[in-house]
Amino acid sequence: MSDRETRGKHIFRLSRRKALKGLAAGVGALAIPGKDASAAIWESFFQKNFRELRPAEIQDVVARLEKEYSTRYGKPVRVKTSPALEGVLYGYGLDLSRCIGCRRCVYGCVTENNQSRDPQIQWIRVLRLDKERGVDLEHAEQYYNPANVPEEGHFYMPVQCQQCENAPCTKVCPVQATWKENDGIVVVDYNWCIGCRYCMAACPYGARHFNWKKPGLPAGDMNPDTHYLGNRPRPVGVVEKCIFCMQRTRELDGKYPACVDVCPVGARKFGNLLDPESEIRYVIENKRVFILKEEINTQPKFYYFYSF
Amino acid sequence: MKKVWAFVKGCFTLLRQGSKLYYTWIYVLLAFIGIGVAAYVNQVYNGLIVTAMRDQVSWGFYISNFTFMVGVAAAAVLLVIPAYVYQWKPIKEIAILGELVAVSAMVMCLLFVTVDLGRPDRFWHLIPKIGILNFPQSLLAWDVVVLNMYLVLNFSIAGYMLYSYYYRRQPNMKYVTPLLLFSIPAAVSIHTVTAFLYNGLAARPFWNASILAPRFLASAFCSGPAGMILMFQVIRKWTKFKITDQAIFKIAELIAYAMFLNLFLLGAEVFKEYYSDTAHLAPMKYLYQGLHGHSDLVSYIWTATLFNITAFLLFLIPQTRENQITLNIGCILIFVGVYIEKGMGLVVPGFVPDVLGDFYEYSPTGTEILVSLGIWATGLLVYTMLLRIAIPIMNGDFHVGEDGIHPYVGDQLFLVRSQEEGEEEPDLLAQ
Repeated sequence: MSDRETRGKHIFRLSRRKALKGLAAGVGALAIPGKDASAAIWESFFQKNFRELRPAEIQDVVARLEKEYSTRYGKPVRVKTSPALEGVLYGYGLDLSRCIGCRRCVYGCVTENNQSRDPQIQWIRVLRLDKERGVDLEHAEQYYNPANVPEEGHFYMPVQCQQCENAPCTKVCPVQATWKENDGIVVVDYNWCIGCRYCMAACPYGARHFNWKKPGLPAGDMNPDTHYLGNRPRPVGVVEKCIFCMQRTRELDGKYPACVDVCPVGARKFGNLLDPESEIRYVIENKRVFILKEEINTQPKFYYFYSF
Repeated sequence: MKKVWAFVKGCFTLLRQGSKLYYTWIYVLLAFIGIGVAAYVNQVYNGLIVTAMRDQVSWGFYISNFTFMVGVAAAAVLLVIPAYVYQWKPIKEIAILGELVAVSAMVMCLLFVTVDLGRPDRFWHLIPKIGILNFPQSLLAWDVVVLNMYLVLNFSIAGYMLYSYYYRRQPNMKYVTPLLLFSIPAAVSIHTVTAFLYNGLAARPFWNASILAPRFLASAFCSGPAGMILMFQVIRKWTKFKITDQAIFKIAELIAYAMFLNLFLLGAEVFKEYYSDTAHLAPMKYLYQGLHGHSDLVSYIWTATLFNITAFLLFLIPQTRENQITLNIGCILIFVGVYIEKGMGLVVPGFVPDVLGDFYEYSPTGTEILVSLGIWATGLLVYTMLLRIAIPIMNGDFHVGEDGIHPYVGDQLFLVRSQEEGEEEPDLLAQ
């Protein structure tokens, strides 16, 4: 079933939504100064979970958000809601032999995905590991800061959301504000998340990040090409995470995620696991791949491998 | 319905009456609540950045307090069982006070969870039908359900019984007994579900141990009753309510058994982790020994361990258990000991080292402490208010008057030094 159909399934909850909408309009009209602005506040307050919105309501929400962001950042901002492409299941490969720990992916991701610059939020954490210990997370160092990388005796392991098939984070959410889409991407509805951070406790990869403060995103740095479930600006008090750059990858002329594009050594591979000709399938079939923390059965779609 | 309204109105009349001490106590609590509210407003305005929580340690002081209070609430069952299953009179007389502790503790739990939310404005997303409660998938959803159920249950039982006494008739046990019996598994379930909330997370080896829920229950049956004994000591000293030594010593004896279990289960866990010496030992090492130079919790957890063992010995020996001074000391040691062990000692090591081996040492900020103090004060205020109504009713000092409408109030003071030191009441009334 496509995401659109899944969304469609929920339209029978009509009466409840109508009641809420009526309430929203009523309360909005009551607020005195700037009727338009306050109506928008109440509309956003009463907005339903994204998966329960009808197509017409999605349009309303998108219009409201685009208006809000365009005003705030002083440029036309687009908020896409492109659903998962049919017949696509994304997979990611990371070549530990090639990674040099330069962290360009970290900052490429921040630029593309509108993370807060102050305080800094980064979806990718690069671990420096000792060659003699191998992948031993207890001795991982993520605050390494030498003049030059790579360093003697070390290798590097970037960790981001592993887009688990059996995702512990979505299971624990008390309000279903986070779920796995049909293309395998785990998303968060930033307008539905209540900020309890149970998903952060559940994630074995430290992939979820919280907006402890109102995100500081300078207008000049803001990427106006956004997705509702992806890189649109986030409000304070909600959780966010890597979404495989769905604003890029879900388009028909699909582009790679920003981290894949920016990697100077070609350590990052991305593609459709359902397409036997894809690069990611080649990697899985021809290299020795491993997944992180296999023992807890999260079934990541993020494959580490050594090409040499 | 009219009678209920008359009862509620009578209660409000009663709440306004009290000695100077009563009023001072209330104002002190209100001051702390005020400070807490101010700190919370600041937190809402600035975001949770004003706490010391960060991505690595994403739960802290609030959730620690929450966990501890669930235990205190669950412990009411330790009074209900001897009172209503074994019909033991000395405890039956005070069981209602235990249920009121459960009510107050539940209020605190719900407040602690609420202040921890990043988006408290969206709390309605949790309400089934209006929002989406992810039940039965999410253990947090389970917790929301059982905590609210337990609150309503205890409030109804205590409320109905007091209401009946107010109208000078015996409560109809046909309704009460099934509810009381149901409150026993409900008490076990609130703490079990809270333990499962942590227990179910494979990402956190410190919590992902099957022994967690039994340990939760064992420690709850120490801290809750210890807190209750302390309350009872205050109540029998400062109000007209009588609580027999017999009842208190029996509770202390039960604590001794529970503490034995608690220490045994702790030992079992320590053995397993240290002897097998796997990568999962790291959080326990961090807690008890310090790891890679990080040792913020070490002195706290050893204090807790020392307190718990000392209290166990005090409560095991009948002579010290039945000596008012050592009894009170034991209760304080247990309350503090379990507060450390089942609060910060449980929550923080779950996050240190974090899932990718990072060390972030958490200690709460002023905001977190002030907000938490405010919630503790709220809990005490709720309990004081409930006692203000319950104690006169049970003493026969507050009931419906001869006309069947207006309340009769026989205890205008409530908080006064008890009569053990001689009848001082007329003097105080004259003031």
